[in-house]
Amino acid sequence: MTNANITNIRPDFALITNWVQAKAKVLDLGCGDGTLLTHLHETLSTTGYGIEKDDGNWLAALKNGVDVIQMNLEEGLSGFEDQSFDTVILSQTLQAMHNTESIVHEMLRVGREIIVTFPNFGYWRNRLQITLGNMPVSKSLPYQWYDTPNVHLCTIHDFDHFCRQHNIQVIERKVITDGQDIHFLPNLLGNLAMYRLKRAA
Amino acid sequence: MSESNSVGIVKAQVAHFTQPLTLKSGAVLPQYHLAYETYGELNAAKTNAVLICHALSGNHHVAGRYSPEDKYPGWWDNLVGPGKPLDTNKFFVIGLNNLGGCHGSSGPSSVNPLTDRPYSATFPVVTVEDWVESQARLLDYLGIDQLAAVIGGSLGGMQALHWNIVYPERVRHAFVIASAPNLTAQNMAFNEVARQAIITDPEFFDGDYYNHGTVPRRGLRIARMLGHITYLSDDAMGEKFGRKLRHGDVKYSFDVEFEMESYLRYQGDKFAGEFDANTYLRMTRALDYFDPALDYDGNLSKALSRAKAKFVVISFTTDWRFSPARSREIVQALLDNALPVKYAEVTSAHGHDAFLMPDAHYHAIMRAYLEQIKV
Repeated sequence: MTNANITNIRPDFALITNWVQAKAKVLDLGCGDGTLLTHLHETLSTTGYGIEKDDGNWLAALKNGVDVIQMNLEEGLSGFEDQSFDTVILSQTLQAMHNTESIVHEMLRVGREIIVTFPNFGYWRNRLQITLGNMPVSKSLPYQWYDTPNVHLCTIHDFDHFCRQHNIQVIERKVITDGQDIHFLPNLLGNLAMYRLKRAA
Repeated sequence: MSESNSVGIVKAQVAHFTQPLTLKSGAVLPQYHLAYETYGELNAAKTNAVLICHALSGNHHVAGRYSPEDKYPGWWDNLVGPGKPLDTNKFFVIGLNNLGGCHGSSGPSSVNPLTDRPYSATFPVVTVEDWVESQARLLDYLGIDQLAAVIGGSLGGMQALHWNIVYPERVRHAFVIASAPNLTAQNMAFNEVARQAIITDPEFFDGDYYNHGTVPRRGLRIARMLGHITYLSDDAMGEKFGRKLRHGDVKYSFDVEFEMESYLRYQGDKFAGEFDANTYLRMTRALDYFDPALDYDGNLSKALSRAKAKFVVISFTTDWRFSPARSREIVQALLDNALPVKYAEVTSAHGHDAFLMPDAHYHAIMRAYLEQIKV
């Protein structure tokens, strides 16, 4: 498996790599063309599967050598055994899910750890556009209000609250903007939120 | 004139086997023969062989034509040929007629060498397991230890799956297409109606019609008509025929009035003229009996625990006879065994028949995967 994106791997993918153990068994939900799984396999010798609904992405993932299962995440992860993966990843897809709560629960059922990333709606540029009276349109939210697939946008505060409410332990959290770590006022200055989670004991 | 990407003019061959074959039923075939065709060249290392397992009414004539005048090419000609998804420039492709068939392999209509008369009803009931065993012997005969791939749709997919249960070391890649780990009660019910149509035909004579100079044509015709309804989707039939009338107006008769009736009768007549009723009974029984999980506490994952191949599982959205849900059961068992698997649910309006059609996305999947196989 070779992929031209390896040298220019997306910054969030590079960070995800730090949260996955060598030789881990990984399930990537909404794996797209399989770039992340390919990268994980090449850098960490991981194994595992991708799930992808879109025909074009599915075929691209196959061509990248990924074991890809075509299914709709909205229907859950039936077919996958409890705790059968080391890490289950949902990267920048949470906000487009209808069954948001159930997919997070399904991930925690199937994976010992899960990684969830999403665009932070609390990012100042989004707030600014709302203040000016418009729905935000940006690089990370590149849709108009009428054609967006995003139905469950949230802020970092919202997601922290969600985790507390649902008995989910945050192992690590990273907030980045244009590839740079954001430590100061992350809910205001962070564009992308990344969480490493597991079920609280 | 040569067709582009065709394997061209082909010739069937016959392999004779004298080592007795004990069938799953306990019956023994002391000797038998298998009709087969091959396309492409077997490489020196014998690592590029692909076995095609046929479905209910298929046979060994997978691709090409027997003569330039042949009206139709082999049944999977759109997939198999030089430059086609299953590229015969790369692979050595083998098609065979399964035991019990009626196109050249030992079956009810072939002559029993011990009696010099057709086997007729005495030809035993054969199973998917028996077929895989006989296919393995055909590979031995051809000097092939391991298949680059075994490919099958529907009943053929069951054979492809079963290869991995009994001969895991002989399969590198397996394509299980529009198939199921066993038939549902509803699915078996269709088979039973088809068989009853044949068995109750007065010209059936308990399967001994060869010696009565008759053919249970009516039964076979109805069986095929029923089959065709289940291979299509409601939408596909609606799109193809709708309520279109053949003569513009209703005639208040029971003749062919709707286009759909004309199609079904045509398909039924065509089939009744070329297929053997005793073979049809056996092929449907093989479908009914297939249930590899049965010997493993009903657990398909356990049944596949010895499998080693990389799998491609494909289903079609409007296939209700072998629905995507049944394919997902196979996928689940493969996932339980941490086996490499790619699963696609192809959007198609064509029901079960879709697996034989040259849908662009479906064939792109086949092509992309087969290109990756190292030989």
